[in-house]
Parts: sequence; structure tokens; C-alpha cells
Amino acid sequence: MTEATRTLLEVTNLKKYFPIKKGLLSRTVGHVRAVDGVSFAVKQGEVLGLVGESGCGKTTTGRCVLRLIEPTEGSVKFDGQEIIGLPFSEMRRLRRQMQIIFQDPYSSLNPRLSVRRMLTEVLTVHGLANGAAARERVGDLLRLVGLSPSQADRYPHEFSGGQRQRLGIARALAVEPKLIIADEPVSALDVSIQAQIVNLLRDLQKEMSLTYLFIAHDLSVVEHISNRVAVMYLGKIVELAPSLDLYRSPRHPYTVSLLSAIPSHDVTHKKTRIVLKGDVPNPAKPPSGCRFHPRCFMAQPVCAVEEPPLREVAPGHCSACHFAEEVSSKTPAGV
Amino acid sequence: MTDPVEVVAPQSPGVVFWTQMKKSPLAIAGGVLLGLFYLLAMLAPFVAPYPQEEMDRTKYFHPPQGLHWIRADGSFSLRPYVREERLVDVGSFEYQEDPVRELPLRFFVRGEPIYILGVLPTSLHLYGVDPPGRVFLLGSDSFGRDVVSRLLYGSQISLTVGVVGIIISFTLGLLLGGIAGYFGGFADTVIMRITELLLSVPSLYLIIALRAVFPVDLPSRQIYLGIVAILAFIGWAGLARVIRGLVLSMRKSDFVTAAEALGFSRLRVIARHVLPNTMSYVIVAATLSIPGYILGEVVLSFLGVGVQEPSASWGNMLNQARSIRALTTFPWLLLVPGTAIFLTVMAFNFLGDGLRDALDPRRVSGGKA
Repeated sequence: MTEATRTLLEVTNLKKYFPIKKGLLSRTVGHVRAVDGVSFAVKQGEVLGLVGESGCGKTTTGRCVLRLIEPTEGSVKFDGQEIIGLPFSEMRRLRRQMQIIFQDPYSSLNPRLSVRRMLTEVLTVHGLANGAAARERVGDLLRLVGLSPSQADRYPHEFSGGQRQRLGIARALAVEPKLIIADEPVSALDVSIQAQIVNLLRDLQKEMSLTYLFIAHDLSVVEHISNRVAVMYLGKIVELAPSLDLYRSPRHPYTVSLLSAIPSHDVTHKKTRIVLKGDVPNPAKPPSGCRFHPRCFMAQPVCAVEEPPLREVAPGHCSACHFAEEVSSKTPAGV
Repeated sequence: MTDPVEVVAPQSPGVVFWTQMKKSPLAIAGGVLLGLFYLLAMLAPFVAPYPQEEMDRTKYFHPPQGLHWIRADGSFSLRPYVREERLVDVGSFEYQEDPVRELPLRFFVRGEPIYILGVLPTSLHLYGVDPPGRVFLLGSDSFGRDVVSRLLYGSQISLTVGVVGIIISFTLGLLLGGIAGYFGGFADTVIMRITELLLSVPSLYLIIALRAVFPVDLPSRQIYLGIVAILAFIGWAGLARVIRGLVLSMRKSDFVTAAEALGFSRLRVIARHVLPNTMSYVIVAATLSIPGYILGEVVLSFLGVGVQEPSASWGNMLNQARSIRALTTFPWLLLVPGTAIFLTVMAFNFLGDGLRDALDPRRVSGGKA
């Protein structure tokens, strides 16, 4: 992958506030800032991992990018075209180029449609194939995701979780998209199946030069598939770096704590696990200053007052911490 | 790729439905019983030996006749017969069997001209006895009318009131509930407040109040339509709320989001992905609420504001058994329509329960377990 490849997806200052309504007249008493000013770019053929705890807004970010949820503010450019504010009919044409893979393989397939009908519907609606050609294409798609064409007449409930996730992938691939948003595609699967699905997604990405926004709540899952990783905390990106840099020399205390939570099989190098204090704060009332400061093991008085911007601390490595330069040297064991 | 379960035929939702349905014999029994009842209702003029309003002024409160196979002289008769009974005490309507006067039951006899299914003219009836004898297998009422005939003609009203009513309230509920669930916002608020208003008034008072809007003495066909309209007007609210909830939860589900992400039109998303997945709930809800309509007709007719005499309905047949004397002396007036209502309502409930189990989409989708 060359650095010269063009940017396929550019997200700038994306915000999604959900109103909190109370009382008989549904007055808006506040907002949940699910996504609060997120910016990133994904290049053609790149895999960007998006990692964070539950409730940090990573799924909302993914849905906003596809406009499955209407963002409150911000811009999403796909292939140079602004898609926020695009009329419904034009958006529908664009949807062919960007697809989504869901977390829950059980609820993401319509139980009333057989695999063939599900895939054929996609193909015919977009005018990609009809009749015998569609039949052929359904078989190809199933082979592509490691299923047998002879299973085409089965219904979703006859498949296992891993197989259903493969069906979800086949459905997304049916429209030959450029960008796939994988919304925690392996979180609901058994560990043994997780690796299979991640490998499948990686193989497909290489074969078809797809671009992924790969959402996960676990750094270990995205390690093998991502070129770059963005870490989200409470609606903001706190660190964004090439995978290798992020895993070797994290520059944000939150990333450090996430990395320490990955179970290690290296017994000689026993890591000290950093257990964060408290819970994720209420996104309706985020803490002052740095949003991570109440739980941060490096917190200084300034952190409670001033919000650190996301700044480049090393080439291509961005961090939103006042003390980013000190993070990598600071060993978690010293805490 | 070898798959050990390759040979098993794919389980379409239909196949799953039948496999599940076979597991609940009560539901099947309910379905069969209802099938039989509706068949009898359709063929009522043919099965009934007499027209519903035909009176025999010499046979008031005639008790049900027993079928006999052994003749008075002890010989066996393959053809069942009934014995003619004579009124012995006019005051208490006491009848006594005449062991000698045998009336053999004849099948496919000529009687009053009728129209089967409303189109097929004939004078054949399923059974009867040679005139001037009369057969009252389930007794006669205070006007000397055959209870079997009235039960059959009455079922035409009592059994259809539920189905026609559910079709009307189903349409209203699906439309309004669907709008409320799909569009949300203001439409949702308005529709849901209306349903709450309807549901908060005790339904019996609402039925009677609405009935008061119509004149009391209308032709029976118009009364029938009025009853259906009243019951449907009351019934749609509950259904609309259920459908609104279903549509709402469907809209948030991943496969609907997937369909939207695939760029399907709104109409396609609703018609192919949302509605088919609410259908199983709707069918069950409809089946389970039909008894409510049947009982609603019974209540109206029992109160005397429903189907008017001489037209029969199960409700106004019960109306005849209101007095203590009727209950003690002529119990068949209560037991016959009562049993018919009881069996129908139970059959619908069993069928509905079975349908719910068989159509449960969680079971169809396999679930996580």
C-alpha cells in the first residue's frame, strides 16, 4: 500500500447528540453526546480500526458515516463527495458503494428469507444480475465467504453464528462495495470462530482491495487486520496511529490501560494490568477538561481544566493527552 | 466442502410451522373443531331440519329427544328413531314418551325449499322425520322452534361476527399502528392517545352507548352490520398498539437497518422486511381476539339490543334461558347455546396458543441457545 493512494472516506468534526426528553411535553432537558467532534480519514484499500469501550460512540460513528443515523453536525466525504445532506434518492445510489456488517449475526438476517432470496433481492434491486446470472452469482458469493452453494435454499435459523456472519458478509459483498463498515463483526462470536471471520475479512480485503472501517471494543481483535487504529473514549478520538506504533508505543494513558487488558500468553514478561477506576462517565455530562482525567493514572491538575486537543506527537501518530510525550516512557508497572 | 447435514431438506418457515404445530394436539383439535363449526354454519339451511323461525304451537319447550335403536318389541333397528312425545301437563310443560309412536330418522329428506350457500336451490335436508311428526334432537324453545335449526342458523351470525369484525379492526389497526410505529412523532402521539381513550372506557358501556346511536328496530342484516362495526371500532385500538410496538422494534432491528443500508426503497423495506415479520404476531393476536367479538355479540343479543327475533343468534338463544324456571325446567335452552359458545371460544384460544408457539419467530430464527 502506497501513501499516495487517495482518501476514500473523510470524516470531519462529526457530532451526534441524542436529545434527552423528559416530562409530559417531551421537553429536551439535555443531550447525550454520543459522538462529539470526531475526525479521521481512511485511504483506499486501508483498514482503519476503531476501538473503544461500550458506549463510547464507535457504533454511532459507523452508522453516521453511512447515514443510517443522521448526524447532528459535521461532514462525511465519500470519494470526494459530501454525503451529509444528500437527498434520499441520491443517497440510495451511493449505498451500493458502502456497506455494513453487523455485530449480532442473529438479528441481522431476515428470518423469513432464504439465503437465495435474500441475496437475489439485493442483486435484482441494484440491477446487478437476474435469473440464471443471479443464481450463478449467489453461488459465487457463498463460495467467496466459505459456504457451499448447495446451502442457498436454507433459512438463517439453520446456520450457526459463524456461518450467519459469513452470510452477512456475503450480503454486503453482493453490491460490490468499496467501503465496508464492520461494526464489531466478531464480538458476538466464539473465540475460535472470531479468528476465522477476521481471517476471512482480511483475505477478502486483500483480494478485492476493499476499504474497512473496522469497529471493535478490543484492541487485540483489530491488531491483525488494521493498518491504523483510532481509539475512542466518550465520543472523541483520543489516539490515532499506525497499528505498529500504537501497540508498541502508545501515547495515551487510556490506550495503555486498554493494551494492558489484553491477556498475554507470554509468562516470562508478566504485564501489570491497569484496572481503570470507576465507570465510563455519563456522556450527557462529560467531565471538564480532559474527559479521561477522573480515571487517568497520570492525571495532573491541568487535566481537569483544559481539554487536550488531538495533536501529532510523532509522524502520523496523534494523541489527545497533555503529557503524550511522557506516556510511552511511563511504565504501567509504576502505577 | 462436505457438510454432514447436506441431505436434510431446507426448513422453510412453513415447514417449521407444521413441525411445531404437530406438537400441540389441542391446537389442532381446536382448528378441526372450528373447521367443522364453520362448515356447519355454511351448510346450515341443509343440515337444519326446519327453517329457523318455524314454530310448532303444540310443542312448546319440548325436551331433547333421545335416539333409539331398540324397538318396543325388543328387535334391533339399524335406522335410529325417535319417539313421539305428548304433552301431559300444560302447566309445567311436561312431556311423556309414547313408546309405540316411533318416528324413524330419515336422511336426505324433502322439506322446506332452501338455498345452500345462498345459491344452490334445493329442498333436501340432511335429516328429518315423516310429517306430521317432528324431530327435536336438542329440544324446542318457548315458541316451539327447533333448537338444532336455530343453533345452526345462529352460528351463521355468531361465528362470522368475529371474523368480519377482526378483518375490519385488523385493517384499521394495521394501518394506524403501522403509521404510528413507522413515522413516529406527532402521528404516533395522536394515534396512541386516541387508542388510550378508547381502551380506558369500560368496553361494555362503550358497546351499549354505541348501540344506542342506532335505532333499536332495524332489519336484522343492518343490526348485524351495526354490531360488527361497533365491535370492530372497539377492537382496533388494542391491535393498533401491538402493531405499533412491533413495527417500532422491527425498525430498529439490524436486518431492517441492513435493508436500508442496501439502498432498498422504503416501500420494499416495509413490505418485504418489516411486515412479514409482524404477521405471525398479528395472526395470533387476531385468533385470540375473535372470541371477544363472539362474546360481544352474545352480550348485545343477550341484552336484547343485538340480533332481533325471530332471527337466531347464540346470544339471543341464551336470552331465552334468563329465568330461573328456564334454568331448572328447560336446561337445554341454556346448555345448548352455552356449550356451543364455550367450545368455540375454547377452540379459538387453543388454536391461538398453538399458533403462537408455532409461529414464534424466536423459535423460527433458532435463537442463540
